[in-house]
Amino acid sequence: MIGCALLVLGIAVALVLNALRDSIVFFSTPAMVAEKHIPAGKRFRLGGLVEPGSLQRGEHLAVSFKISDGSATLPVAYQGILPDLFREGQGVVAEGALDPAGVFKADTVLAKHDETYMPKEVADALKKQGHWKDDYGANAGKKSGDGGKSMQGASR
Amino acid sequence: MTLIDLANPTRFLSLTAKVLPWLAGATAVLLIVGLYQSAMAPDDYQQGATVKIMFIHVPNAWLAMFVWGIMSVAALGTLVWRHPLADVAAKAAAPIGAAFTFLALVTGSLWGRPMWGTYWEWDARLTSVLILFLMYLGLMALWRAVEDPSRAARAAAILTLVGAINLPIIKFSVDWWNTLHQPASVMRMGGSSLDRAFLVPLLVMAIAFSLLFITLHLAAMRNEILRRRIRTLQMMQAGRPTV
Repeated sequence: MIGCALLVLGIAVALVLNALRDSIVFFSTPAMVAEKHIPAGKRFRLGGLVEPGSLQRGEHLAVSFKISDGSATLPVAYQGILPDLFREGQGVVAEGALDPAGVFKADTVLAKHDETYMPKEVADALKKQGHWKDDYGANAGKKSGDGGKSMQGASR
Repeated sequence: MTLIDLANPTRFLSLTAKVLPWLAGATAVLLIVGLYQSAMAPDDYQQGATVKIMFIHVPNAWLAMFVWGIMSVAALGTLVWRHPLADVAAKAAAPIGAAFTFLALVTGSLWGRPMWGTYWEWDARLTSVLILFLMYLGLMALWRAVEDPSRAARAAAILTLVGAINLPIIKFSVDWWNTLHQPASVMRMGGSSLDRAFLVPLLVMAIAFSLLFITLHLAAMRNEILRRRIRTLQMMQAGRPTV
């Protein structure tokens, strides 16, 4: 009896969660944005990797970069302090809206990190041996926000 | 030694009185070793020294879910097997689980600010853990709201089993939906993605926190048994005709 009740409850919850799938996702990727035709001015969160080589810094902490998910890319403009983990190739989530020109105007930028943890020496050694899959250190740039602290551009 | 032998509260009290000092000692030793190893762990290649928050945050988060799992087994014990100590175990576990969940939320928040750039976001993992915390509080309120212990136990057991639906949602939220929180590092397909330098202190801390829970839980169960005996004595006292 209890088992049946729990089973029914479990199915109900699964159906609810499935119906709410669109609102539970924390961010949309550029490909999802293209698919959903989100109108200009509607707020949403855009997530993906900062495309290497796309980061440009302007006056007064203004930055522009591109967010890519491998199949689609969207240009992003932002003004403010970026989180420590922000760098090219890093996963980020930006909150804001598209402007009529198709540029995503972000008012918040959050950094994501992946589930890999290793000491810096191990990461350096892996890179030296050529076992590092992506562009570790290749795209390290200077950040305006943190006094030019050196960055390691590593992420998946 | 089976669960049936433990069903007698008096035997439970005498047995735990012997075991508790050893458990407390083992907890203290492992906590000291784990904290020392955590402090000595190297910096992470991308997170720097903030990775050390993990050694506190992750055991708290695991225990937050583990305790609800224990309470779910106890709830079955109450509803199905009518084990006399099951509702004592469930009632004693709730405040401890709530404390672990609260610490997981606070340490996660303090970790999120430097790494993600925010204390709180309504992503699926964070929200589902907040719901777990609120359910712990609701469960504790329910235990207190019903005066008769056996009726309170049945109501709480049903709420506990309903709340158990949340456990797989918490665990798999990072796989099912886009979240700000990263996917699992230790308990995942294809082995841990944690370097040994972080994995060893984390596992020591996890064992230490589990022992801490068992110690606190047994002590809280003893208190609950004694509290019920006092209640029974008071009822008998009140029922006796005064001279």
